[in-house]
Amino acid sequence: MEQLLQQIINSLHVGSIYALIALGYTMVYGIVQLINFAHGDILMVGAYFAFFGLTAYRLPFGVSLLVAVIICALLGMLIDKIAYKPLRNAPRISALITALGVSMFLENGFRYLFGADTKRMPDIIGAEKAFRFGSVRISHMTFITIAVAVLFMLSLQLIVHYTKTGKAMRSVSEDTKAAQLMGINVDRTIAITFAIGSALGAVGGILYSMNYYEVQPYMGMMPGLKAFVAAVLGGIGSIPGAMLGGFVIGGVETITRGYISSTWADAFVFGILIIVLIFKPTGILGKNMKEKV
Amino acid sequence: MERKNFQKNYLINFIAVLFLFGIIVMSLQMKLINNYYQGLLIIAGINIMAASSLNLAAGYMGQLALGHAGFMAIGAYTAALIGLHTNLPVMAKLIVGIGCGGVMAGLFGVLIGIPALRLRGDYLGIVTLGFGEIIRIALYNLPFTGGAAGLKKIPKLINLPILFVILVLVISFLFLFVRSRHGRALLSIKEDEIAAESVGVPTIYYKVYGFAVSAFLAGVAGGCLAYFQRALDPNKFKFMLSVEFFIIVVLGGMGSFTGTILAGLFLAFINEFLYEVDELRLVIYAVLLIVVMIFKPSGLLGNREFSLTASGRWLKRKLTEKK
Repeated sequence: MEQLLQQIINSLHVGSIYALIALGYTMVYGIVQLINFAHGDILMVGAYFAFFGLTAYRLPFGVSLLVAVIICALLGMLIDKIAYKPLRNAPRISALITALGVSMFLENGFRYLFGADTKRMPDIIGAEKAFRFGSVRISHMTFITIAVAVLFMLSLQLIVHYTKTGKAMRSVSEDTKAAQLMGINVDRTIAITFAIGSALGAVGGILYSMNYYEVQPYMGMMPGLKAFVAAVLGGIGSIPGAMLGGFVIGGVETITRGYISSTWADAFVFGILIIVLIFKPTGILGKNMKEKV
Repeated sequence: MERKNFQKNYLINFIAVLFLFGIIVMSLQMKLINNYYQGLLIIAGINIMAASSLNLAAGYMGQLALGHAGFMAIGAYTAALIGLHTNLPVMAKLIVGIGCGGVMAGLFGVLIGIPALRLRGDYLGIVTLGFGEIIRIALYNLPFTGGAAGLKKIPKLINLPILFVILVLVISFLFLFVRSRHGRALLSIKEDEIAAESVGVPTIYYKVYGFAVSAFLAGVAGGCLAYFQRALDPNKFKFMLSVEFFIIVVLGGMGSFTGTILAGLFLAFINEFLYEVDELRLVIYAVLLIVVMIFKPSGLLGNREFSLTASGRWLKRKLTEKK
């Protein structure tokens, strides 16, 4: 029983990271119908800048987090402007290939600039220390991860539902042309969506790298993919869906690792994706979209 | 009249291919191609094979398939296991091994295609990507694939002339396939899926069918790789390999097999020059990919094919014009 409780806490920890990253995928997909393959690498960029902030400039944790998040938000907007905007009306496959290209560019560019070796993220918050409840332990890392993730998710909900920008985002994702006719600046809204999505991805990346103590150029690939699975599972385009999907994937991964096999855990995650697509292609909370001629 | 012309064109192309084959055999005999360049050409040929199979799925069907490294891995491991555990004569082993590798990959193609292809394009990308990862994890963990160390001492059955023959067979098959009734059905799906369905093309059937053929050919390419390299390990078949095939397809032109061949050869030789700056190589590829997509989304050749007979006619016209 206690072991199960411990696993659930671990699931929440991993799941909240996936949920944060999945939000970026789902928001971008909701608004421009593009799988932003580069999103996984944004979280790598975020981890790198947080790492530099913490080690080279010795900034406090909160400041380096903020700096990294702002840089990633700007980077997200830049990528949209350079790589995706010229292809807004091109066939989807072109935009997807471009996204792959951007992802490759970021990974290998960072490898070229900072080397392929794994850097060790410093432990500045006493991650190994833990609160104990009986035999269940919640490490500081887990506590901070879940707290930060929930904080950011709540603020996202507030932005999306109670600000003018959020309203614009929702309307553009509902119907781009109609939104334009209502006087919404679509390009600006898309740029803001990229910025917010990338910022959340960066937070996820920093938490991820702090948890595993490592920063390296290809680190974004796996969590990026799993977060994408989470977004599809929850229903791509749906913000609560991405959060739910993140926690489900985190749970599946942790439980498989704990009870079945640690080597097959990743295969289980992708297996779930395929099963979901067979039985409910729109995901758990996704709306059923009719195809229009 | 039409029919006769076709036959004439086939004959011309056949003779040209035979001529090329002769050149390859001759230059191997006269040691004009050393072992190093032979290896380079074989790898280029295998890449072209895999990229052409991807071109069928991506260029002709317009489906984003990101798991061709996985299909290639299935083909390679199947062929390798047959090579290691059967006692057939060399030629029979080659044919059975590569054939079984292809069929196995094709079966997985159907298995993956049925759920994924019911949905719109971009889901397929992510399902095939996930599938490629599952295959890789399975290769690490299954009892008969040798884990991280992989399989070793696979018999070497491939040399440049044999690979050339297989490549010619694959490319000719693809050419005939896309010009057949089935090929036109695939093309119609790419152009407009809803319109295709409304004129009676069973789109899901054809998508699965085309995807399975594509997977089959990727498996064949994998089999060739196994019989050439003699050693396999799961790390060869990472996601990046699928992306490299995509780069070849995109550069050559989505929907142009001759473009794929040209791009495959071009990249193989460019790789040699960029070997010195290996870390920058992939950065350059990435930029190339983005730039091509933004400025010429259909790739360098687009969906045009280089045709020997057509360029012959063009030459003849130019010459007569001069007179």
